[in-house]
Amino acid sequence: MRLRYSPLVMTLYLLFLLVPIYWLVNMSLKTNTEITSSFSLYPRDLTLRNYVVILTDPSWYMGYVNSIIYVTMNVVISLTVALPAAYAFSRYSFMGDKHLFFWLLTNRMAPPAVFALPFFQLYSSVGLFDTHIAVALAHCLFNVPLAVWILEGFMRGVPKEIDETAYIDGYSFPRFFVKIFMPLIASGIGVAAFFCFMFSWVELLLSRTLTSVNAKPIAATMTRTVSASGMDWGVLAAAGVLTIVPGALVIYFVRNYIAKGFALGRV
Amino acid sequence: MDKVQNNKAWFLVLPVLVVVAFSAVLPLMTVVNYATNDTFGNNQFFWAGLEWFEEMVTSSRLHDALGRQILFSGIILAIEVPLGIYIALNMPKKGAWASLCLVLMALPLLIPFNVVGTIWQIFGRVDIGLLGRTLAALGVDYNYTNDPVDAWATVVVMDVWHWTSLVALLCYAGLQSIPQAYYQAARIDQASRWAVFRYIELPKMKGVLLIAVLLRFMDSFMIYTEPFVVTGGGPGNATTFLSIDLVKMAVGQFDLGPAAAFSLMYFLVILLVSWVFYTVMTSLDRQEGR
Repeated sequence: MRLRYSPLVMTLYLLFLLVPIYWLVNMSLKTNTEITSSFSLYPRDLTLRNYVVILTDPSWYMGYVNSIIYVTMNVVISLTVALPAAYAFSRYSFMGDKHLFFWLLTNRMAPPAVFALPFFQLYSSVGLFDTHIAVALAHCLFNVPLAVWILEGFMRGVPKEIDETAYIDGYSFPRFFVKIFMPLIASGIGVAAFFCFMFSWVELLLSRTLTSVNAKPIAATMTRTVSASGMDWGVLAAAGVLTIVPGALVIYFVRNYIAKGFALGRV
Repeated sequence: MDKVQNNKAWFLVLPVLVVVAFSAVLPLMTVVNYATNDTFGNNQFFWAGLEWFEEMVTSSRLHDALGRQILFSGIILAIEVPLGIYIALNMPKKGAWASLCLVLMALPLLIPFNVVGTIWQIFGRVDIGLLGRTLAALGVDYNYTNDPVDAWATVVVMDVWHWTSLVALLCYAGLQSIPQAYYQAARIDQASRWAVFRYIELPKMKGVLLIAVLLRFMDSFMIYTEPFVVTGGGPGNATTFLSIDLVKMAVGQFDLGPAAAFSLMYFLVILLVSWVFYTVMTSLDRQEGR
């Protein structure tokens, strides 16, 4: 039996979600004169100038490159350390495991604002200020706990008999883990990677505090559009659209795990 | 699942411990240090005891920010949770249309926080934004940069736009786990739509709903970037929430002591809520017999 549901509600809600995004795309395809002087629901004078500005000016596109570099580093670090830890949490009980698991959660929940200043001083004092690795490590604060929790959620779904059989067959732990176990939770690793990527990609406060020039993320570059001659709305909108693209590209593949990922693997 | 007692598992956890200790414990110790010391500059610090904490606990600035923060979190929870449930109930259950809905609904969740701010900044402006223009055309006096009420409305609607999908997706996941037999039994009993919701769907959604409420509470409690981009905490201090105030204090004015004391108290609240969250999670796990 299917309970009646009204497509109208869904349509209205999706409209509410999409109209502001449409407006951003609309803006990005207009010239600045058109944005400020006239008002239209679609670009009358379609232009790609705004995108050209971003893709040809190094100070703009380097923002994307920087973001991608530190996000990738962060995903690699997070997954590398989280995989064995999640396995330990899902398979063994050991001294202090519950406290440790809880402590990880508190870091996922910690407000970045609390850490902004100490991070700045910590990374400045070890000479890592304005490097990609600094931002990548800083984002580990919430991404490592996130990855551990998500991976643990997936790993506990794998029956323990598989481990035992593999050991009886003479597999060593590292070989078993890479050859047998990781393929079994491949979707979990994918989801964890996606969420690490996403949370590192959307975060601005820490990445802005820890960088000035060389590792400046795109999100911080976007504040540049305020200049003496007023706002460059078109370029700002185009930069915004380009930050949405990576998420929009991969979301289709993880669509069934979005709830699970946000709920830290607990749904 | 029965777990094997094995303290050697610590070796597997060690890398996580090192990384998180470096990025969480060390900075937190710096904060503790600042919170209990005062300085006249030149990196010369002297013990100040609980002075900063006393100052912060009695500071009206902090009280105001906390009041605004609680009001904000309350409002967005009151809107997003019922709306999220309602949307989840109306989502198609399978097929291509369901996939499309999932993808489109998840879209706002994946937009960088500052771009969410930018979207609403552009969307709401009276001169170039669709929302601002439309409201002006309807004769509503709307300007989020001048009017505190409008600024609040914009920030709240923005958060609803940004995060309602999360509540909806979590509830949807909970609804998907209800066996068809339950609905069939309800139909035989000629249960009303409300009764089905109240006695079948709501109890089954209880777990995910708790997770959703806690996640939304935590994330709204530390919201920074989105309102900062749209209103900059203004007009005046009207939308200065805890995190915005904290960053202003620590990075803007460099009042390290008060900011650190503030941070620690902020962190304790987070710790408390995390503990509730953790308790809920583990009891849910036990119910499912895992």
